[in-house]
Amino acid sequence: MLVLKNIDVFYGKVHAVKKVSLHVEQGEIVALIGGNGAGKTTLLSTISGLIKCGRGQIHFQGNQIDRHKPDRIVRAGISQVPERRLVFKPLSVEDNLLLGSYHRYSFGKSASIEQDVEEIFAMFPVLGQRRKQLAGTLSGGEQQMLSIGRALMAKPRLLLLDEPGMGLAPAVAQMIFRHVSKLRDELGVTVLLVEQNARSALKISDRGYVLETGRVMVQGTSRELMQNNDVQRAYLGRDQEAVTREPVSP
Amino acid sequence: MYFEPKYECMNREDLEHLKLERLQAALTRISKNVPYYRKKFDELGIDPYDFDSLEDLSKLPVTARSDLATHAPYGLFAVPLREVVRLHGNYGLMGRSIVVGYTINDIHRWSRLSARILMAGGVGKDDVIQVAYNYGLSTSGFGMHYGAEEIGATVVPASSGNTSRQISIIQDYNVTTLVCIPSYALYLADRLDELGVNINALSLRTGLFGEEAWSEETRQEIQDRLKITAADTYALSEVMGPGVAGECLERNGMHINEDHFLPEVIDPHTLQPVEPGQPGELVITTLTKEALPLIRFRTGDLTRLIYDPCPCGRTFVRMQRITGRCDDMLTIQGVNVFPEQISLIISNIQGKTPRYQIVLERQGRLDKATVLVEADVLVPDKIKEQQRFIENIKQRLAMELGVFFQVRLVELGSMAFDGDRLIPVVDKRTF
Repeated sequence: MLVLKNIDVFYGKVHAVKKVSLHVEQGEIVALIGGNGAGKTTLLSTISGLIKCGRGQIHFQGNQIDRHKPDRIVRAGISQVPERRLVFKPLSVEDNLLLGSYHRYSFGKSASIEQDVEEIFAMFPVLGQRRKQLAGTLSGGEQQMLSIGRALMAKPRLLLLDEPGMGLAPAVAQMIFRHVSKLRDELGVTVLLVEQNARSALKISDRGYVLETGRVMVQGTSRELMQNNDVQRAYLGRDQEAVTREPVSP
Repeated sequence: MYFEPKYECMNREDLEHLKLERLQAALTRISKNVPYYRKKFDELGIDPYDFDSLEDLSKLPVTARSDLATHAPYGLFAVPLREVVRLHGNYGLMGRSIVVGYTINDIHRWSRLSARILMAGGVGKDDVIQVAYNYGLSTSGFGMHYGAEEIGATVVPASSGNTSRQISIIQDYNVTTLVCIPSYALYLADRLDELGVNINALSLRTGLFGEEAWSEETRQEIQDRLKITAADTYALSEVMGPGVAGECLERNGMHINEDHFLPEVIDPHTLQPVEPGQPGELVITTLTKEALPLIRFRTGDLTRLIYDPCPCGRTFVRMQRITGRCDDMLTIQGVNVFPEQISLIISNIQGKTPRYQIVLERQGRLDKATVLVEADVLVPDKIKEQQRFIENIKQRLAMELGVFFQVRLVELGSMAFDGDRLIPVVDKRTF
């Protein structure tokens, strides 16, 4: 569905993403994990067209999109849920959602958009209860739901999720992750998920890529990555002493 | 029947991308974790991150068996030993054994890849598989065992040897699939005939054979006499073991599990890639192995790659059955032996260096290996001492190489010469 080949991204002289190749198949949840500054967010923004890549190609459903403008990429079916949620704080919950469907808006379409808003409220009932409330007054978890809801309003086939668990209480983050699985299972949305919390991300994803200083270091199924030494050491916070092998009982 | 159709039947374009993706990640990880390769890249001025396409592969250095031996046991591992859950190995080169490690992920992957090979060869969930490969340091027994369990078939871990027991297992356990070296399959056929067993009354229907070179004629004979379909498999303990390549029921070349092993064919002298489809030495780069990843490992096996699409639906490239070796490695009773290993053992005994010759023959169906050792240099005419000397060599060879050799003391004149030169190996076997 999405194929990145040899992507290089530069910020001025800084080579932020180096020769990254990866792919996401229809119906998959793919996790992109790595530490601060590994290039995860840069890569997502490159896919959504906010940053242009220096070299390489991006194909989405067979079409090359790396030179397209962001709005065209949204129309093609890719929506990004940005890091730190970035909801429009002075606007109401409902208006935030409507902005997500901005590119679909035209005369006579409003009924279907209204219906989509109701679907989002059905999925996240707490947003429905606060539909007239200003987004800035919502809690972190609610803002995250709103941010995801806003992206879904564009009817994406591929959702780019940037750090949905960031700054949330662990229990709230877990709930958000459960919602992400539901998006795939119930709506059939494909998800590319960026996350620092490698364990949570690998738990809900099918496959993953580990980025380190702009390069793909390890790739594989999430189950394999959980068992991989490099991943465990660097991202799963494994206690080196606690896991020394138990002696085999006779 | 496919085990992982998503990969086995992947369209070539997606497969090429997947291979590139995996190669880039593998090179990043290898150059970070394996000092040997990092140093080698530096020396050759290669940037392991500068890989745009699979064609760039030929820029990378090759890895020889001797590199593995030099850095034995753990020098080329990409993970600390505590992550390694299994070691296999062979009986060594230059006096050092080659040790191959597996992480838990490697073992799981090995099982799945072997399962693909077994399924391609016609094995299914309802089969009862007799694994008559040796279970031990060599990989064949375990590899096939895991693969069969992964499919959900019923495994009989018969291991090698004890033919009358093997035969009673075939009969009593209603075995449907036989997995062993091809010469042993023929030996079993002979023994079954001798015992007057009605082959048609057995449940056998498929067989997968490998570990030694065999021919189309041998395949025909195995199929006719055991009334089974016989598929060829390709295994390589340094790379993984069974699971590298195997035939589908078209039985026309072995599909290489390309999403995990990148094959190339090179000219063994110039080390340059040959034209597609031309014969040469098979070189394999592992894409997903964690414990012992290998870049462009020289297998020493001569073959050619078949790029034509296969009617079975698998899109993986096929390799022709192995036509020979480009080094002096010998395969005796399914075990790989280098002549220099034998030389090392003989020269170590009693501190003298007698001249010797290795003679390989077929005795019935099986390999018979003899070492002729020059008599007059070392042994005074004492029968007891002579016998002790012979026993000593026999034991050392069997212990260190895993092959049983006959040892005979002879006069130099009775060995085969090429002009003045003593021929080190006389191979009278036909395949």
